Amino acid sequence: MTTITPSGNNELLGEAVAMRKIGRFERFLGPDNYRVVQGLFKTPAAIMGTVLIVFFIIIALAAPVLAPPFGDPYTIPRDGFKAEPKPMGSEWRSKQPPLPFWWKAVTGKDKWVHIFGTAQGQYDIYYGVIWGTRTAFRAGLTVVISTVLIGVIIGAVAAYYGGIVDNILMRIVDVLYVLPGLMATLILAAVLTPLYGRTTLPVMISLIAFGWLGYARIIRADILSVKQRDFILAARVIGVPDSRILFRHIIPNAIFPTLVLASLGIGDVVLSFAALSFLGIGVEVGYADWGQVLAFARNWITSLNTYWYLIVWPGVTLVLFVLGWNLVGDALRDVLDPRLRGKI
Amino acid sequence: MPDTILDVQGLETIFKTPDGTIHAVNGVSFGLKEGETLGVVGESGCGKSVTMLSVLGLIPNPPGKVIAGSAKFAGRDLLKMSNDEIRQVRGAQISMIFQDPMTSLNPVLTIGRQLEEPLMLHLGMTKKQASDRAAELLSMVGIPNAKDRLKDYPHQYSGGMRQRVMIAMALSCNPQILIADEPTTALDVTIQAQIMDLVKRLRQELGMAVIWITHDLGVVAGLAQRVIVMYGGFIIEEALVNELYANPTHPYTIGLLGSLPRLDAKERTRLYSIEGLPPVLYQKPKACPFAPRCKWAMERCWKENPALEPVAPEHRVACWVDTKTGRPRS
Repeated sequence: MTTITPSGNNELLGEAVAMRKIGRFERFLGPDNYRVVQGLFKTPAAIMGTVLIVFFIIIALAAPVLAPPFGDPYTIPRDGFKAEPKPMGSEWRSKQPPLPFWWKAVTGKDKWVHIFGTAQGQYDIYYGVIWGTRTAFRAGLTVVISTVLIGVIIGAVAAYYGGIVDNILMRIVDVLYVLPGLMATLILAAVLTPLYGRTTLPVMISLIAFGWLGYARIIRADILSVKQRDFILAARVIGVPDSRILFRHIIPNAIFPTLVLASLGIGDVVLSFAALSFLGIGVEVGYADWGQVLAFARNWITSLNTYWYLIVWPGVTLVLFVLGWNLVGDALRDVLDPRLRGKI
Repeated sequence: MPDTILDVQGLETIFKTPDGTIHAVNGVSFGLKEGETLGVVGESGCGKSVTMLSVLGLIPNPPGKVIAGSAKFAGRDLLKMSNDEIRQVRGAQISMIFQDPMTSLNPVLTIGRQLEEPLMLHLGMTKKQASDRAAELLSMVGIPNAKDRLKDYPHQYSGGMRQRVMIAMALSCNPQILIADEPTTALDVTIQAQIMDLVKRLRQELGMAVIWITHDLGVVAGLAQRVIVMYGGFIIEEALVNELYANPTHPYTIGLLGSLPRLDAKERTRLYSIEGLPPVLYQKPKACPFAPRCKWAMERCWKENPALEPVAPEHRVACWVDTKTGRPRS
């Protein structure tokens, strides 16, 4: 086989590609992942989001060091049973959890204190916030991964087979969409609670049950449009089997809006989880969960000038967590959506 | 005389739309000989692409359906094959390239992975073999630095380069037939010439037959040995390329050739254009589909549809009128 001599233009292009230096880090990650990582540090907003999420990941991982548990780590330790919250920095009086090793080195004190104060019933807010981070990640990731999976499967089946299958599945989605989201979730969670007890399960299941609808709709719409594109016909022309066309050519082209929605969804899910928890649905009183900690503030809202720390610590944590995911979601969209590639 | 490798007989394709059934292809018959280049010309919407997609079983069903005809390839009827069987033919023995290279490549996969796909699928190559072969194919179609450029994404290629990739992909399994559906329409003129040269050269090297669909008569003149002119879902004229240009016989062919600008024209004249638009066929036409736009049309043209009849060796025309004399053909 002969080779046509390249035109000047091609040569230039070829050189430009060859000239770009590939660092060790990029080689290690592979060009695609490297691009994603790069995108997470491209704009100030993206950096802030990434920093926030990394910060929370560190807190979740280091929870046993930051707030050494005694007994079940997800039960917020109590310091007595008095109703009135104690201010920040007050000392532990009874049943003190183990002192973290860094405490003395950092503060020079021997006594473990309530860093963020205590809530109604002497629940330690600091423990609630730290261990609640793990609950937030667990609930957020489980719910979002399950909803995306269910949504993508149902949406893809509907779009790919079309006709009556599409009609039935999408009407189910329409019917479920009619129900007011948070209310429906709340009721389903309440119904499920006797079955699963006061754990994270009822709320997670009901968030999944009503959470996949949006993903199914979006992926279906995107698949329908991708299905019409020339490269799908081109793939059929070279004899690619249907299932491979769906999984390799259609879904990767249609999934990006869904993935962006999913990363934004983690924040939403955690927010709903906290809201339900605040209303007293789901986990037991005293479970390490941000909504629970906020719920402790309900009776003290009228005197927030004194007890502001009841709201501020869990509230700020929740806001930063959701903000972080939203910023990361935006950054991921900029990188992952090939239509936006090279425009930013 | 080389053998006929693709023999299409009486092909009919319809599309069911909310407004009624559209008869897109109405009994098309043609043969393709080994190693030849067959030009298929006609206006947009006259059934060129649909004919080829029908042969490959790529008409979306619903709304489309092939309702009659046969397409014999290597002794088997492509139209009667199961989904799996025809998939083995597509890409491996019959390949196709499309009009718009900008949209014919998957934007999220690298060029390399897309080139490797048919190789692994049809030839059972391993990833490593396929990757080596893909690099070979890329340099065969004239892309420098092939090995490095396999890692690029389609958006890093220009239009002409993408069409080269499409050609490389179509030729990757050494098909016997390449169907090129207006592959140069979306490209600028210099790139068009390059792509045409490339296909010509590869056809000679690999000895495949080419069906070149176009509405550019200049392209056909430089490329094809034989030409089919289509109109309204029918073949209305078929001839060797020189014969067709020297001796166009159907009024539509005369009109098409007349609408080309000529370098040897004596004066500055207006370009000829055929009045009207091609018909949208909600019924299978019983009269000549071209009659409404034809200046030779006679009474008979409005009542009966002419069949392809020979007028010279290897030259067949479907027309009631002898356009040389303006009188009915005897």
